[in-house]
Amino acid sequence: MAPADQLLRGADEVLLGFTRALRAAGVGVTQDRAHGFLSAVALLGLDDQRATYLAGRATLCAGPDDLERYDQVFEAWFNARDGLPRSRPAQPGAPTFSELPATDGGAGDGEASDEVVRAMASDTEVLRHRDVAGMSPAERARLAGMFATIRPRPPRRRTARHQAWHRGEVDASRTLRGSLRRMGEPGDIAWRRRGTRPRRVVLLVDVSGSMSGYADPLLRLAHRFTQVGRETGGVVETFTVGTRLTHLTRALRLRDPERALVAAGETVPDWSGGTRLGETLRFFLDRWGQRGLARGAVVVVFSDGWERGDPSLLAEQMERLRRIAHRVIWVNPHRGKAGYEPVQQGVLAALPHCDEFIAGHSLATYAELAEVVSRA
Amino acid sequence: MELESTRDVAARLQETGYLCDEALATVTYLALRMQRPLLLEGEPGTGKTALAEALAESLDLPLIRLQCYEGIDATQALYDWDFPRQILHLRALEAAGRGDVEVEEAEKSLYDARFLLARPVLRALQDSPAVLLVDEVDRADDEFEAFLLEVLSTYQVTIPELGTVKAATPPLVVLTSNRTRELHDALKRRCLYHWIDHPGLEREVEIVRSRAPEVSEALGRQVVTLVQQLRDRHDLQKPPGVAETLDWARALHHLGTTELDLATASVTLGALVKYREDADRVRQALDQMLRA
Repeated sequence: MAPADQLLRGADEVLLGFTRALRAAGVGVTQDRAHGFLSAVALLGLDDQRATYLAGRATLCAGPDDLERYDQVFEAWFNARDGLPRSRPAQPGAPTFSELPATDGGAGDGEASDEVVRAMASDTEVLRHRDVAGMSPAERARLAGMFATIRPRPPRRRTARHQAWHRGEVDASRTLRGSLRRMGEPGDIAWRRRGTRPRRVVLLVDVSGSMSGYADPLLRLAHRFTQVGRETGGVVETFTVGTRLTHLTRALRLRDPERALVAAGETVPDWSGGTRLGETLRFFLDRWGQRGLARGAVVVVFSDGWERGDPSLLAEQMERLRRIAHRVIWVNPHRGKAGYEPVQQGVLAALPHCDEFIAGHSLATYAELAEVVSRA
Repeated sequence: MELESTRDVAARLQETGYLCDEALATVTYLALRMQRPLLLEGEPGTGKTALAEALAESLDLPLIRLQCYEGIDATQALYDWDFPRQILHLRALEAAGRGDVEVEEAEKSLYDARFLLARPVLRALQDSPAVLLVDEVDRADDEFEAFLLEVLSTYQVTIPELGTVKAATPPLVVLTSNRTRELHDALKRRCLYHWIDHPGLEREVEIVRSRAPEVSEALGRQVVTLVQQLRDRHDLQKPPGVAETLDWARALHHLGTTELDLATASVTLGALVKYREDADRVRQALDQMLRA
């Protein structure tokens, strides 16, 4: 009795240890999932490792990304106890605050402090129009705080369903129901109109080497879109494109921008790599876009169009994207600079398939973009 | 349920012509025993919906299907009142000269179970044991997902006018998703998860043999070999699923083909690929393959 009991307790520890290792590897294992895992293993029997493996796959994973990690951790935990992540991945530090400009003398008289405020205001205004790629770390930190001023409204689409309204067309069903409630006595006429819903927004951010100066602000912008979208009921999906496609939406859902950016940084494997826009775009369309994510959505592509791959492939994929999406907006950081000509092969290939081609190098242009997306 | 092990599940499913691998059989077995919904994801055409159908058939349970779409709401999933019949009922009361019926009483008689239109979810709860298939749940809005979550965690719904309907035995719920968007974690947590991949060569040949026994073995193998090669290529907009393999094999069979040749294959490609660009690419591949 006692040894079997002990054995069981030992097994529990091993299994729970496994769930912890899995959590450390970045799979979102919650208490109840771990519990489900234990009962599944109990059902299938402890002696069969293959069954344990399958039970864990069914109860602990929530997506293809998880499955890959699961396989690795399972192998390491049950077969070779090396190479395990022993602790959680490094937690992002405390949020950094923007540096305030040092005011000499501290509490000065009213006039002087007024001047500081005014100086700051104009400073802010300058910062709004500066190219984000050429900023110092301090300026970037200040700019980070200013992203909160961008409030993209989600674009809306009409729906098939109607909603009650104070004018529009007669809502026969509701009118009749109203009269039914009064035993057939006629009453007020109910009206209805076509409802609206937020339209999905898809952001594709190029994180290749030539865009490295813009990656941080663009992700901040994507975070802003995601957060505001959450508050207003809109759906925003973000991917990074470079040499491969990465789904970033989950990382950007973290409310705190600094933590979200750290999480995003850990998710994306190909920072400052090359650009194979055509190929990644095709992957995006095959895997996500065509099935519905890009269908009827407002798709924003952030890229400078330095394409190392085949431009004709890029053109083909952009054409495909345009057939699926409601609106395709291309944001190019160089667009707003003096003397810019769209001559890169990638841009030339993609441009005919875009609805809008706009600048994206400063906070002011990002605010403009938010406006364009809202109206799309 | 009378299924005792993973192997039982696989065997019962096989009787209906559905071949599943060990992983899928295990997860199905767990779903049955743990009474948890089963969430299936994977490429289109890998047999997610077919699993629910096969399960219902093999367990001899009714299959109740809820197709999700954008804008679906609780009244389409749960219940609605049969408005025309309610009106008719009122008219009948009038015609019977029962003008003396109390308003309250008349109104109460309107919300009777016989005027209730049970939609799939309510039907599944009432008729359970049953298999409830919630198809393409990723197409529905997230509000709907929240509603589903509520039903799936309690297996009961409350109709204000009638009271609470609770399933005597929880129905077996199969949710399918094509991953057009990420589902809520809360919903996923309720479910057992399984990702269905395309089957390997041998298994797919077996599937063709079992689902389309009229197709000759040689043709079936040829078709599957070609389809598997096509899936390995990465330039197709929509790689064919198992359903397309079956369609194509059957189409070829109907034309009296016993061996694949370019002419017959070309005219039947519509069963296999659904894009013009893809058709061109497949035709080329086919040409190469037949020449080799």
